[in-house]
Amino acid sequence: MLGEAYSELMRSLKAGKFVYTGELEPLKTTKLDEVIEAAKTLKGHVIAANITDNPTAFAYMTPLIPCYFIQKEVGLEAVYQVTVRDRNRLALLSDLLAAGALGIKNVLALTGDHIVVGDNPQAKPVYDLDSATFVYMLRKIVDEGVDLNGNKIEEPPEFNIGIAANPNAKPLEPEILKIERKVKLGGDFIQTQAVYDVEVAKRFLGETSHLKIPILVGIAPFRSIGMMEYMTKFVPGIIVPDEMQQRLRRARERGGREAVQQENVEIFGDLIRDVRKTTNAAGIHIMAIGFEWIVPKIIERGSN
Amino acid sequence: MIVLKEKPLEEVMENLAGSKRILIAGCNGCAGIYQVGGEKQASFTAELLEIAARLKGKDWAFVPATTLRQCDRQIVATTLRPVAEGCDTVLSLACGVGVQTLVEVFEDKLVVPRNDTMFLGSQERELEKFHERCSACGDCVLYETGGICPITRCPKSLLNGPCGGMSDGKCEVGGWKKDCAWFLIYERLKKMDRMDYFTVFRPPRDFRVSQYPRELETTFKEADK
Repeated sequence: MLGEAYSELMRSLKAGKFVYTGELEPLKTTKLDEVIEAAKTLKGHVIAANITDNPTAFAYMTPLIPCYFIQKEVGLEAVYQVTVRDRNRLALLSDLLAAGALGIKNVLALTGDHIVVGDNPQAKPVYDLDSATFVYMLRKIVDEGVDLNGNKIEEPPEFNIGIAANPNAKPLEPEILKIERKVKLGGDFIQTQAVYDVEVAKRFLGETSHLKIPILVGIAPFRSIGMMEYMTKFVPGIIVPDEMQQRLRRARERGGREAVQQENVEIFGDLIRDVRKTTNAAGIHIMAIGFEWIVPKIIERGSN
Repeated sequence: MIVLKEKPLEEVMENLAGSKRILIAGCNGCAGIYQVGGEKQASFTAELLEIAARLKGKDWAFVPATTLRQCDRQIVATTLRPVAEGCDTVLSLACGVGVQTLVEVFEDKLVVPRNDTMFLGSQERELEKFHERCSACGDCVLYETGGICPITRCPKSLLNGPCGGMSDGKCEVGGWKKDCAWFLIYERLKKMDRMDYFTVFRPPRDFRVSQYPRELETTFKEADK
């Protein structure tokens, strides 16, 4: 049974609509133009956009501000990503209250990549909570209007709570058990890490079907062949099928960057279509930071 | 045991710059057993520093002396106080606890650490390595984590299972070379048929139990007398 819907995203999921979400990244800048422009590109094609929280432990602008502006100025709903890496339970609550005041309705509760992989690896990691205890805290805030210690919150914020999952995890069982735990604690929806193989998505959705939670399968097209090579070489757990790699390489030989992007549209559009037709996924989460223009094209092809 | 790592000699010599007569205080506790701070190392350090002093033209005199353990104020006072007569400085070969015990005993002397205190570790002889195994967090969960400490062995000290940084049972920290603690816990609990421990929810930790500086009443006062 799905819980209360506070956001457009959750209302659509509850209504059984197949939804798309996008992703935006605030950078190391005080400028908001780029993220606003990117949000405008996504608007009308996705129901909401995630705003990342210091992704891969690179210190950027807090996502709170772009979350507010894309909702207010673009009219695109935000999914506020929050990691437990940089803030203890006090700071998390402070930011969540601010998010509530700014009208943010979705929070994606994350552990966060470790500081040592980021751009300030000397920093002290926090991890006062983990992603499971963070979901527990969020539930208390939203449902009971109290913090972890039972202290009353006046006008508590209303959030739908997203959790992350990694369908590529090896072994898969401990990951499934962790997802189960987060669902029991009160996660409302799942957005997954990038999947490149429909079989991986099928297996994952099969193994989690008993949880009865809407799952948005993550896809991440490649901005370039270089990015693809980096992902396959250095990001463990990401398996890009050989055939997919070959197609993109051949496209580059044939027609350079433009052909690669066209091939991307076909590959990832078809992946969306396959996921849509062969699994019980509730939607797709598309991560195309810096080339958001590709998102409408991929969705269009995937909808056929 | 408490695992120590020697500081570069250059750095130690800089820290001894204004000293004249230096007590080299060994410790036969953790520091002495396998590592860097026992009786042998105390005389060796004295010899080494004498050579270095000659090369650098320093006017240093060294008095090596080793005690049973430097973390016991009484032992330190009875064994080291007599030999420290006339020394202006003590170079401690023990851990940070030893250094500070010396400070409490020798109120008028400069106490300089020879080592960096690293962690509580276990030794693997074949690989000649020490592994960090305990964070002295004050709230042991080993009974339900298959005897593998997630506080110490998971770089994020996660309580409720692996994060997305686990791949093929390895951890994102350190380039996927070290084992993911939660993968080890999973394997062990599965083998023991105790997956109920894996899925139990562990609420947010109460960090007051590890709020430093901590104190503990000793319970063996009577027996000690």
